[in-house]
Amino acid sequence: MSPIPSPGTLTTLERLEAEAIHIIREAVAEAERPVMLYSVGKDSSVMLHLARKAFHPAPIPFPLMHVDTTWKFREMYEFRDATAAALGIDLIVHVNQDCVEQGINPFDHGSAVHTDLWKTEGLKQAIDRYRFDMAFGGARRDEEKSRAKERIFSVRTPQHQWDPKRQRPELWHLYHARHAPGETLRVFPLSNWTELDVWEYVRRQEIPVVPLYFAKPRPVVERHGTLIMVDDDRFPLAAGEQPEMRMVRFRTLGCYPLTGAVESDATTLDEVIDEMRNSTFSERQGRVIDHDQAGSMEKKKQEGYF
Amino acid sequence: MAATTVPAPHSASAEKDLLRFITCGSVDDGKSTLIGRLLHDSGLVLDDHMAALERDSKVVGTQGEALDVALLLDGLQAEREQGITIDVAHRYFATDRRTFIVADTPGHEQYTRNMATGASTAQLAVILIDARKGVLIQTRRHSHIVALLGIRHVVVAVNKMDLVGWSADTFAAIEEEYRQFAAGIGLAEVTVIPVSALHGDNVVAAGANSPWYTGPTLLHHLETVVVGDDAAARPLRMWVQTVIRPSLDFRGYAGMISAGTVRPGDRVRVLPSGVETTVARIVTFDGDLPQAVAGQSVTLTLADEVDISRGDLLCAADRPAGVADQFEADIIWMHEQPLLPGRPYLLKHGTRTVSATFGHPKYQVNVNTLEHLAATTLELNEIGVCNVSLDRPVPFDPYREEPETGGFVVIDRLTNVTVGAGLLHFALRRSQNIHWQAVTVDRAARVELNRHGPAIVWFTGLSGSGKSTIANLLEARLHAEGVHTYLLDGDNVRHGLNRDLGFTDADRVENIRRVAEVARLMADAGLVVLVSFISPFRAERRMARERAGDVPFLEVHVDTPLAVAEQRDPKGLYAKARSGELVNFTGVDSPYEAPEAPELRLDTTALTAADAASAVFDRLRADGVV
Repeated sequence: MSPIPSPGTLTTLERLEAEAIHIIREAVAEAERPVMLYSVGKDSSVMLHLARKAFHPAPIPFPLMHVDTTWKFREMYEFRDATAAALGIDLIVHVNQDCVEQGINPFDHGSAVHTDLWKTEGLKQAIDRYRFDMAFGGARRDEEKSRAKERIFSVRTPQHQWDPKRQRPELWHLYHARHAPGETLRVFPLSNWTELDVWEYVRRQEIPVVPLYFAKPRPVVERHGTLIMVDDDRFPLAAGEQPEMRMVRFRTLGCYPLTGAVESDATTLDEVIDEMRNSTFSERQGRVIDHDQAGSMEKKKQEGYF
Repeated sequence: MAATTVPAPHSASAEKDLLRFITCGSVDDGKSTLIGRLLHDSGLVLDDHMAALERDSKVVGTQGEALDVALLLDGLQAEREQGITIDVAHRYFATDRRTFIVADTPGHEQYTRNMATGASTAQLAVILIDARKGVLIQTRRHSHIVALLGIRHVVVAVNKMDLVGWSADTFAAIEEEYRQFAAGIGLAEVTVIPVSALHGDNVVAAGANSPWYTGPTLLHHLETVVVGDDAAARPLRMWVQTVIRPSLDFRGYAGMISAGTVRPGDRVRVLPSGVETTVARIVTFDGDLPQAVAGQSVTLTLADEVDISRGDLLCAADRPAGVADQFEADIIWMHEQPLLPGRPYLLKHGTRTVSATFGHPKYQVNVNTLEHLAATTLELNEIGVCNVSLDRPVPFDPYREEPETGGFVVIDRLTNVTVGAGLLHFALRRSQNIHWQAVTVDRAARVELNRHGPAIVWFTGLSGSGKSTIANLLEARLHAEGVHTYLLDGDNVRHGLNRDLGFTDADRVENIRRVAEVARLMADAGLVVLVSFISPFRAERRMARERAGDVPFLEVHVDTPLAVAEQRDPKGLYAKARSGELVNFTGVDSPYEAPEAPELRLDTTALTAADAASAVFDRLRADGVV
């Protein structure tokens, strides 16, 4: 950021940064037990960076929580643990033990059941268990249509449900976190950011991100027209199927069997940003779960998906 | 199409500025089509979205085989099926010149709430007019809200020009009529553009159908309009969000600068305390700054050790904000439950949340005509002018001068829902000029003389539950013990002090407010005050408790099931209510909200009236009142 902006000429990125910091401070000031949901992706990296800025020179006054599915990319786990250690952050990792016991996985149970039980149910469990009353999430309104209408401070019922018809009006910079016992809030500091804004900010601020965003030869197989990386030996290969080394990277990160890779030569941040500017596909296009049915994200959100 | 226009590599959000605008129009004006067209024709619809659009256009589209670009916007599934946009939706797009955030706000009557919400952060408004219909009542409504919220730049898109044969005369007549109207309500910067959202003329590219129109296309105007942001040039205002104290050596005040410019060495005044000090450092994660301007989030350290906390306002010392506890304000009501004058609400103003009550509306504004109408309350989507009274003084500027220190939201204390928004006009002179009169004979002196403390015993319960009977017995017992008492009875007070009030929800609230004030004065005079009122609403009983301050307050729930009370029916009122002779009768067609945690609950189906009175007496003794 340029250190001395001339009056009235803050750039888009400077305004988005200031707004996100304001949101984070406001939420923490009004919540009793805040937590930041940390999914290890680029949006989480940016949100974490903004949280550090919001309270500098004091440390972040809340823990980070990763709702783990045990099916993330190995590089994500390495990055997560290295980040927490380097920044001295209080990191909670929550794993849904019911899923562990039942061996829920995307291959036998399908992407919908897998995501619902590991992520949606896992998140509900974790929030109930630690009695958090407010959770930051890195969701952006440009990702998906139903998110375009969600508030920055979004109330969930004690059953963790979102009711799009009962949202609170948000005027000016006035957000409030008051809620009944049992209700919780989701707060989205990156609501007004686009995917390009996130990458521009990562570049400007030199924020570390998982190396999976950069192209390199990785072992992949093609399933239903989507390139899936064979990240470990739990991946059931069909008879005679051989993973193939291809130059690929990822635009979004999730469970590795559910995340499509894109073929790419972009090995640096500049190349990634250039490639994205020229892309004619949206970022969630690589996500298997969004295509299950029309309006599927809205349905998932009403049920308690983040 | 989508792949042909690609943002130039040098144009990054790191260098471009940001324009936030809202679009206003009703269901049939083609608003979603217009925004869909903007995104589509500027090449900002990605291939997978485009494929979904083609698929959806065939299934639920309203344009036959042609693309229904409106489907790009209507987000939620329920809305798609009904073919309407029901909530504020945000859209993001960027061109080589600017980035844009669009608040797409629904235009039909019941959603004034959403338009005001979208308008509160917008710098520009696009108002749609259907060329076949011209300036309608809804056009006026949208324009009034835009003017009220202080948006200075308006673009009028006269849409569906193809359906009037691209008639220059039709366009000129609409433009003339709108400009006259806009000048009358103080909208100065108005641009009028003829478009066809369906076919794309003058949205992104100039159309061949309107050779007589020489002005800019809509997108060109949005990219180049100068929205002079003068916030940095105004006097400094910064709400303190939080105090940052990592160690004893550092104490910083974090907030977003709402207005003005700050540099180390600047004198600042802290409100409401009025203490002055000097800015020492502007601290950020990226290092100290030599100056910061409106829109930036920073942390300031100050030269002196002063007592500052969340909710305080830092101001330019030579041009500080005002401080007051009573105001006149525009109120936009946003909830199905109407505004109840006298009921305590919470008000969030900047980073400060205070308790507030509203007077009866001075008038309601007809947003279609700007006519002033008489009103006793404000319903959902109504706008009116009220006096607001707060429980403590707050810093403020008139909304017209400084939106971030002049705008507030109203929160229901029980449901925590945001039920309204307000725009401060000015402080009421009476609040600035009437000072609290200090008195020399105080509570302790009265207690010593009376040999007992004051208290308020608040009996609540259904009509016919036995409140008055129990209160009478209790008063007789207290009197016999030499305790100074007074019994305020609902029926009796309604014959005198409150005889101007009826039984609507609003009047019930005012009834209780007055009684709570009288009870407080009497308790202050040293009496044990017995209040026997149905008082059906929790919010008002809570207000009475808060008004009591440090006077002991006993909420006594005289708990009698409705069926029993109705059977007793000592005054024949239930019979009248059931026959429809009496309306708004508690328990019949008006709710009774039972106390959640009363100090005492008297079950009159198990206790005699005398036992019940004794139970209250014992409690007063146990609490050390008598």
